[in-house]
Parts: sequence; C-alpha cells; structure tokens
Amino acid sequence: MTGTGTFLWTFLKRDTWMLLWWILGAAGLYIVTCYSIDQLYTTQQQYDEAAASMENNAAFIAMAGPPRALDTLGGQTAWQSTAFGAILVGLMSMFVIGRHTRAEEESGRDELLRASAVSRYAPTTAAVLVAAVANLLVGLLVSVSLTAYGLAAADSFGLGLGATAVGWFFTATALIAMQLTASTRSAYGIAGLVISGSYLLRAVGDVGNGVLSWCSPIGWYQAMHQFSGLRWWPLVLLLGGAGVALAAAYALFGRRDYGSGIIATRPGRPRARRGLLTGEGLAWSLQRGAVLGWAGGLFFGGLAYGAIGDDVKALIGDSQTSQDLFVQAGDDLVTGFYGTSILMLAVICAGFTIASALRPRAEEENGHLEVALATALPRTRWLLGHVLATVVGTVVVLAVAGLGLGAGYLLVTGDGDVAWSFTWPSLQYVGPVLVLSGFARLLFGLVPRWTALAWVPLAFSAVVMLFGELFQMPQWLMDVSPFEHLPMVPAEDFAWEPVIALVAVALALSVAGQIAFRRRDVH
Amino acid sequence: MIDIRGLVKRFGSFRALDGLDLDVGPGEVHGFLGPNGAGKSTTIRVLLGLLRSDGGEVRLFGGDPWSQAAELHRRLAYVPGDVNLWPNLTGGEVIDLLGSLRGGTADARRAELIDAFELDPTKKGRAYSKGNRQKVALVAALASDVDLLVLDEPTSGLDPLMEEVFQRYVDEFRDRGHAVLLSSHILAEVEQLCDRVSIIRAGQVVESGTLADLRHLTRTSISAELERAPSGLDALEGIHDLVIEGTRVRFQVDTARLDPALQAILPAGVRSLTSQPPTLEELFLRHYGDNLESTPA
Repeated sequence: MTGTGTFLWTFLKRDTWMLLWWILGAAGLYIVTCYSIDQLYTTQQQYDEAAASMENNAAFIAMAGPPRALDTLGGQTAWQSTAFGAILVGLMSMFVIGRHTRAEEESGRDELLRASAVSRYAPTTAAVLVAAVANLLVGLLVSVSLTAYGLAAADSFGLGLGATAVGWFFTATALIAMQLTASTRSAYGIAGLVISGSYLLRAVGDVGNGVLSWCSPIGWYQAMHQFSGLRWWPLVLLLGGAGVALAAAYALFGRRDYGSGIIATRPGRPRARRGLLTGEGLAWSLQRGAVLGWAGGLFFGGLAYGAIGDDVKALIGDSQTSQDLFVQAGDDLVTGFYGTSILMLAVICAGFTIASALRPRAEEENGHLEVALATALPRTRWLLGHVLATVVGTVVVLAVAGLGLGAGYLLVTGDGDVAWSFTWPSLQYVGPVLVLSGFARLLFGLVPRWTALAWVPLAFSAVVMLFGELFQMPQWLMDVSPFEHLPMVPAEDFAWEPVIALVAVALALSVAGQIAFRRRDVH
Repeated sequence: MIDIRGLVKRFGSFRALDGLDLDVGPGEVHGFLGPNGAGKSTTIRVLLGLLRSDGGEVRLFGGDPWSQAAELHRRLAYVPGDVNLWPNLTGGEVIDLLGSLRGGTADARRAELIDAFELDPTKKGRAYSKGNRQKVALVAALASDVDLLVLDEPTSGLDPLMEEVFQRYVDEFRDRGHAVLLSSHILAEVEQLCDRVSIIRAGQVVESGTLADLRHLTRTSISAELERAPSGLDALEGIHDLVIEGTRVRFQVDTARLDPALQAILPAGVRSLTSQPPTLEELFLRHYGDNLESTPA
C-alpha cells in the first residue's frame, strides 16, 4: 500500500518516547513482580504458606486469575502479572491506534496527508504496524529478562509472547472501536470497555465454574498455564481472534466515510438543564467527571486492599523493610496494615483534590473564566463553586475509598464489625487532604503562574509516608506533612482535635487564597 | 455609558495603557481601532473588571467596573475575540448558561437568533469550528436584554454571509438606543459598522471622532487606464505618488479630495478604473511612522 512506509516512519519518530515508556512500563511490571516475589519469600516454607492462604482467597483469584503453582517463583510471577500485564498492553495498543487514526481524523490534521498520493489504508496500516511492533517488543523483553533471571525459558517465552498476542488482540478491537464513532473520546471509551469487560469476564469465570473465562482474551492468555504445565494452543485463539477482529475493522473502515463513524453522532442537549445554570452548577459539571473517575478508581483500590482480609502476614512476609512500610502503627499486624492502607489511599486521594483545586487555574488559562466573569457572576461566587466541588469531591472520594476497603474485607472475612472499623477512618483524612488543596488555592490567588508548586507538598508527604521511618527523618521535618498529625485509625485511637485543627488550617489557607484572588488581575 | 479618562495599566514596567481616554454614549456603535498589541483588549479587560486600573478614571454606566463588576455586568454582554467554549457543554447549553448568568433570556429571541446564524445548538463545544464558537457567543450576547455590547474582533471567524447577519443585528441593537463597543484591527469593518471611531496606538487614543472627521486619515489608491494622457492632475491638491505612463495613471488621493481628482481624469476617457481603500497598516505607517510588522502582537 502506497505511503504506508512513510507513515510508519513518521509515527515511530513521533512516538519514540511515549512507546519507550509504555514498553518499559508493561515489561517492567513482569520483571519487578518476579524480582519482588523473589525478595519477599526466601524459603520454600514461605512459598507454601503464601500459596496455602492465597489459593482459597476468592478476592485474590478474582483480581489476578486462577491460582496455579503458587508455591513457585514462576507460578507466582505469572499469576500476579498476567491480568494487569494484559490490561497494560491493551491500553498501550488502544492509545497507539487511537492517536494515529481517529484522533487525527477528528482534528482534520491528516486530511492534508490523505490528499497526497497515498493509499486510503496507509495511515491505518501504519498505526497497526506500530502497535504490533510495540507489543512484540514488550513480549520479547519479558521473555528474555525472565529467562535471564533464571526462570524456565519456554515458560518465560509463553508469558512474554502471550502478552504480545493479547496486545495484538486489543489492537484489533481498538481499531474496530475507532471505526464506530466520530469522536475520539467515545472511541476510547468503547475500546476501554472491551479491555475492562475482558478482565471482568475472566474474574467472574475464575471465581465460578470457569466458562466465562473462556470468553475473554485475558482468560485465553492465562489458559496457557505458564510455569504450571505450559501449553501453546490457547495462543492460537488469541492470534485467530486478533486476525478476525482486524479483518472486521478493515471491512468497517472500507464502508464508512472519512471523518464519520459507523454509529451516527448523537446530538447533545439543545437546552441546558436547570442545574447547570449557576456558577456552582457550571463548576460541578466541569468537575463531576473527575470526581466519579477518582471515586471509581479508589473504590477498586480500597477493594484490593480490603480483599487481603486477614492474610496480611502471608502477603508482606517476614521482611523488616516491607513490615516498616506496610505496618506503620500498632502492635497488631492486621489493624496496623489497614491503618497504613487507609493513609495510602488518602495520600492518593490528595492527587484528586489538588488537581481539582487547580481546575480554576486551567479555566483561567484557557479563556473560560473571562467568558464567565463577563456575566453578572461575581468572582467570589465563581471560585466558591469550584471550592465546593473540591470539598464535596474530596469527601466523596475518601468515603468511597473507605467503602471499597470495608466491602473488600467484609466479602473475604464476613466480619461486619471489623469491616466497619476499617471503613469510616478514611474520612478523618479530609483534614490533611484539604490542607493541601488550601495551599493550592493560596497559590492560585497569590501567584497564579506558580500553581504547579501545589504538587510539592503532596510529593513531600508521600516521601515522608513511604520513607520517613526508613531514612530516619527528624520528627520536625516529618511534621511538615499534614498527614503525620493524625493517629493511624484503627491501629490507634481516633481523636477529634487534630482533625479539627487541620480543617481550620485548610479553611484559613483557602479563605486567604479566595481573598487574594478577589484582588488580583484575571488574565 | 462608557467614560474613561487618563487610564493607565502597567504590566511590570511595561505601560500597556498610557493615559487612555474613551467615550461611548447611547445609540452609538463605537469602533475601537488599532493594531495588535496596541491595548484594545487590555482596555476591554479593565472595563470588564478583569484587570485593575493603575491610574485614571473608568466609569461604566456611571459605576466602578472593578468593585461593582457583577452588578454592572447585568447590563452588558461580551464576546471575546477568541471564543473558548467548555468542551463538554453543547452550544445550546452555553447560550442558556451565559444568558442565565446575565439575568435570563427570552426563548423566542434565542430561537430567532439560532435560526438567523444557522447554528446547530446540539453540538459539543469541542466539535465547533472557530466561526461556530463565535456564533455561539454572539447568539448568547444578542439574546440577552442588555444596554451595551462589548465585542472584541467579533467577526474574525465568520464567513461573509454571517457577517451580514451580524451587521444587521448590530444595527438593530443600536437603533433601539443601545451602545456597542467594537474593537477591530480591520479598517473596512469599522467603516461599515461604526458611527464613531477611536484609534489607539501604544496605549493611547490618538484620534477620535466620527468617520467624516477621520476622512483626512484615509487615502484611496487609484489606478486607471485612459484613452488619452490626462492633464492637470499634478496641479491638484491632495494627490500623492502620481505616476503617469502613457495612458496609464496611478496615484493616491486624500479621500476628502476624491471628487476633484476623478473630475480631472474623466475628460481623458476612462477605460478601466480600480480604487482601493487604505489598510490600517498603511494608515499607521503614514501618520505615525510605525512599522507594524515589527510591533509585537
């Protein structure tokens, strides 16, 4: 096909760095998993204990896959990395395909190129080739590294090339998705749905009778039984499926007009709902998506922690380093672990909160603020709408993270009282998280050019949390992190005073920021 | 409605506005003309209470645009030069939102404008072209019941047909006794729409008056092909850069002196004639010695 080579070359040049990070990230997942398991369990007895506790944990199985040969390094590596590795190569393939096909088409950037003497299929084929090569590199990197680490060569290649084949499958399904809608965002949505659907099908199948696992490409990948009696024939399913999907995508591409999708674009609302018509309504409509996304993500994050149940010991092993990291308070391993987990979820939630507090700056930079403030909407009221969205969003995200953790624990252990004691403490972190957002708002009011600095306190707090004990930081330095002033409930007793004090600090910072904003120029 | 005296605005050590005066009264379309970077948008932003003035006096409807911004904004509508819409809201939603934030719009008026501008209100902000984004902002502005329209280069993305629709609505708005402040760097646009014009250069208004007052600023370029060589042109006042090559003639003439110049060439028998209005760039080059190419935007 004329022009494919040129497109391929341009795409590779444009994507070099992005592809490099994706490939290293996806392959790194396998390699780091293998290495950390090797560090965690030092004796066969530890492997046996871990296997015994994990094999019967339905939550683990739903999360990772069917448990096989968990008393070996290879078996553990395959079990822990296949499902997430498949998701990573799926996402990588989806973004490579999307950015070179539908995104270019939607923006109209490649009209110029298409008008020159190239085949109609050339850009699409070049994009497929880029994704194919990237997936192959991930597979080879995994295979060679694990073999070099000392795992069985055949099984290592089964693990690596299986990932390549899953990536190819998702490349083809992503290409179908790109033909369906005219909007890149919804096409990504559909392609993402295929990936998450594949993961969910095998999760339900693995916990149940296994039928649904055979409906999922990730299930096929895990059916190769790497490091537990390797078999190659499921790879044929993946390659065959990828071929069929690719043929379907090309057929759809051939049938549709340039710039359009197979599914006609659905028109939006011609009139606004009443809820949108105020400053608060506008702020919420802009932030709602982020709140829901983060809440969903942290719910599953919490669920993953909670589903460990009482098997904390098996998971973190006897290593002092991992105990220091995962159990930062109390004498009891389980409550100490959950107190630490809730803190970690709260620190992650602060990512949402700071991004949300910086949203007004983005509105200012892209010119939306000017349009809004030229109406009878007062500045203070406009900013207050965003502050409310940040505060409500933070409470929701923290609460949902706690709910996920409690729900996971309840599902695995069935102990409601303990599950509840792991659920509510996440809300105490409203204090420190809002202090960080208050700092972001102060920057927005005083020095809008420097709002990126709002991330520094979060990075510092994360370092204190992860490495404070390890590096034996002086207490005064650790106290700079607002998270350090709260007891690690449930390992320690809850206290109102620090929460109230932190909320007061957050309020003071935020009010100072709002006053400063009222007095400054808007650009 | 707008009354600005000696307005100063500094950005660091740079004086973006340096003693600017501007007057706009009811029933008037006021052109605010100047090259990019002269301070047009800065003035508008001070007027909208987005920027705080560093000196001079600014009154909008007799009030202070900084401290009474929200209150005064009930009476005006603003269309920025580069309209940025929220990507997740449809055009219809944006029109309703801006209308409601200004104090409400009439449904019939809204429908009429959407129809006149041939706007599809069901598309999302990210899917609109530049011209269509501008139409959304124009419909939102024209649908509101306000006394003043502030338009910052409002037609830069519109096609000629839509420009005509736009001009019709601006005329109608003015005829109801309202005022319009229209900033532009296109002389022809201002000539077509405005009753009075203020020319801004380096943060100061250098000329202000009706278009007739400003005639002396404009020169028309004429080139003609005649039957015989013309005579007497070089004796006329207001003729510049005259070139006669046999039966061809090229010259520039002060617009106020256009009639005698044409009278002078008519007896020579005109075969073809082209006349070009001066561009803003030529005007500035001639009157102020500015080289606009090197002026930062």
